[in-house]
Amino acid sequence: MKDKYVIEAEGLTKQFGAFTATDHISFRVHEGEIFGFLGANGAGKTTAMRMLCGLSRPSAGWATVAGYDVCRQAEDVKKHIGYMSQKFALYDDLTVFENLRLFGGIYGMSAKTIREKAERLLGELGLAAERDALVASLPLGWKQKLAFSLSIFHDPKIVFLDEPTGGVDPITRRQFWELIYRASDRGITVFVTTHYMDEAEYCDRVSIMVDGKIEALDTPANLKRDFGVATMYDVFLALARRAKRTSD
Amino acid sequence: MKGVLMVIRFLIEKEFKQMMRTRVLPVVFVMLPLFVLFLMPKAATQEVKNLKVCVVDNDHSPLSARLVHKLSASTYFVLTETCPSYREALHCMEAGRADFIVEISPGFERELVAEGGSRVLVSVNGVNGVKAALGSSYLSQILTGYAAELWEEEGLLASRPVLAGLDVCPRYLFNAGLDYTVFMVPGLMAMLLVLVVGFLPALNIVGEKERGTIEQINVTPVGRFDFILSKLVPYWCVGLFILFYAMLLARVFYGLVPAGSVGLLLLFATLFILVVSCLGLIVSNYSDTMQQAALVMFFFLVIFILMSGLLTPVSSMPAWAKAVTYLNPLRYFIEALRMLYLKGSSFLELLPQFVALSLYAVVVWTWAIVSYKKNR
Repeated sequence: MKDKYVIEAEGLTKQFGAFTATDHISFRVHEGEIFGFLGANGAGKTTAMRMLCGLSRPSAGWATVAGYDVCRQAEDVKKHIGYMSQKFALYDDLTVFENLRLFGGIYGMSAKTIREKAERLLGELGLAAERDALVASLPLGWKQKLAFSLSIFHDPKIVFLDEPTGGVDPITRRQFWELIYRASDRGITVFVTTHYMDEAEYCDRVSIMVDGKIEALDTPANLKRDFGVATMYDVFLALARRAKRTSD
Repeated sequence: MKGVLMVIRFLIEKEFKQMMRTRVLPVVFVMLPLFVLFLMPKAATQEVKNLKVCVVDNDHSPLSARLVHKLSASTYFVLTETCPSYREALHCMEAGRADFIVEISPGFERELVAEGGSRVLVSVNGVNGVKAALGSSYLSQILTGYAAELWEEEGLLASRPVLAGLDVCPRYLFNAGLDYTVFMVPGLMAMLLVLVVGFLPALNIVGEKERGTIEQINVTPVGRFDFILSKLVPYWCVGLFILFYAMLLARVFYGLVPAGSVGLLLLFATLFILVVSCLGLIVSNYSDTMQQAALVMFFFLVIFILMSGLLTPVSSMPAWAKAVTYLNPLRYFIEALRMLYLKGSSFLELLPQFVALSLYAVVVWTWAIVSYKKNR
C-alpha cells in the first residue's frame, strides 16, 4: 500500500515577480497517509498547496495529484480532491444543509444521495439540530468541522487542509483530529498544514518548509532522532531559526 | 448532459437564495421602478411652463390692459411683476423674478387705431437657452394671436398680421399630442434595467472574492460556462420582472400600452439583459474589491445613459459622439423599445437593433466566461 503515490511534486516553483514563494520543492505522498506540511508563516506552504489544488499555476516544475498533471489537467485534479482553505470559505448566507446540497450538487451527487448523506453526516457531527441554521450563526469551531466535513463530502481521494484548526480551542482541536483519523480510515489521503507541533506528532510523515524550500521530510520519530531532540517543537525551532525571511 | 443540467440547477438555486436573502434587494426591485416611473417623467420634462413675465405698460390703455390680461391667462406664463419703467424691470430680471420683459410703448393704442400697427419690446433672459427659445416662440404666438383677434373683431389693423395664404397645419404621427411622457417612459424602462441588472452582477463575483467563497468554488470541477450561466439566470428573471412591472406601472400611471408585439419586447429585453449583466460580470471578474467594481461600473453606466439618446436625441449629436453611440447597447435597446411602444414596428423594421444586440451578446457572454479564471 505504501508504495503508491497520490501526490508527486518535482521542482515545483511559484514566483510572484522577483519573489520566489515556493522554491523548487520535490516530494511524494503515499496513498492513505496523513502528511503534515509544516513551516513558519510565509514559508510558502499555502502557495504550494494552492498549486497542488489547481488554484495556482506553477512557474516551473511539475506535480501530479491523483494521477493528473496540475498544470494541464487542473480540472481533472479538482474532481478527486477536497480543499479546506485557511480562511473560512463556506456561504454564510446559506444554511448548513444548503451548503452541503450546493457542493454535493457541484460534484454531481443527486439530490437524494445528498439528503441521505447529509443527515448521516450531521448526526455524526452533532449538528443535526443546526441543519437549517444559517452558517453565519455557528460558532467558529463548528464552522471548521462543517468546512472539513464538506471538503470530504464527495469522497475525494485526497483532502487538502490549510491550517484547519487555526483559532480553535484544544477540545475542538482534539475532536477535529478524530475527524481527520476517521477520514484517513476511509482511505482518504490527508495533506495538512499546521502550526501546532502536537498535531505534527499525529502525522505519518511531515515535511518542514523554510524560506520556500523543504528542509526536512520524514516520520516524526525519525526527525526527532536525527535532530537529537525530544519533541517536534524542538525540530521545528532548529529549522525555523535558519529562516532569513521575516514572517508576515 | 443530465449531470450538467443537475449541476446548473444547484448553482442557480444558490444564487436565488442569496439574492432573496439580501434584504434590501427585493425592496429595491419593487420601489425603484415605482419611483423612477412616477417621478421622472414629471420632473425631467422638457416642456417649458411657468415662465416669469414682467410687464412694463407705458400706455395704460384698454388695449394694452387686454394684452397684459392675455399674457397672464396663458398657462405658459406667470405675470410676476408690473414695473413702471424698463430699468426697474431689468432689476427684476437680475434678481431672478423675471425671465421675460414685455414693454408696451406709450401710444400703443393710438398707433394701433391710427396706423394699424404698433410695437412691443420683448427682452429675454438667455441663460437657459431652451427656456428662452421656447418661451419667445410662445410669446410671439400670443402676440400674433392677439393681433389677429383685433383684426377680426374691429378691423383695427390695416392687414392680417400672420403671413396669409400659407397656413401650416402639422399632424404629429405616433405621438399625436407630442406628449413628453410617451417619449420618456420607454427610455426610463431601459434605464431601470441598466441600473439593476448592470450594477448587481458587477458586485456579485467580486463579492465572492472578498468573502473568500470563490476559493471553495474554484477548487471544485465546476465548469466556467455553468458558473457564469448560474450568475446570469437570476438577473434575467429579475430584469424581466422589472420590465413587466414597469409596463404595468406605465399603463396605470400614463395609460401607455405598447403599440407593437409584447413578444418582440420580451425578445429584445432578454437580449439586452444578457448584454448588460455580462458586462457587469466582466467588470466583476477583473476587479479585486467591490468598491473598485462599483466605481468602474458607475463610469460605464453614466456614459451609457448619456450617450443613449434617452435624454437628448442621437441625431443631433456631433459626428464623433454619434459614432460612440454605436458601441452603446443601451442605444439600440431604447430605440427598439420606443419603436415598439410608439410605432408598433415589426421585427423586420427592428432588424438592425436585433443584429447589433445579438452580436454584442455573443461577444460579452464569451468574454464573461473567458475572464472568469479558476486558477492564476
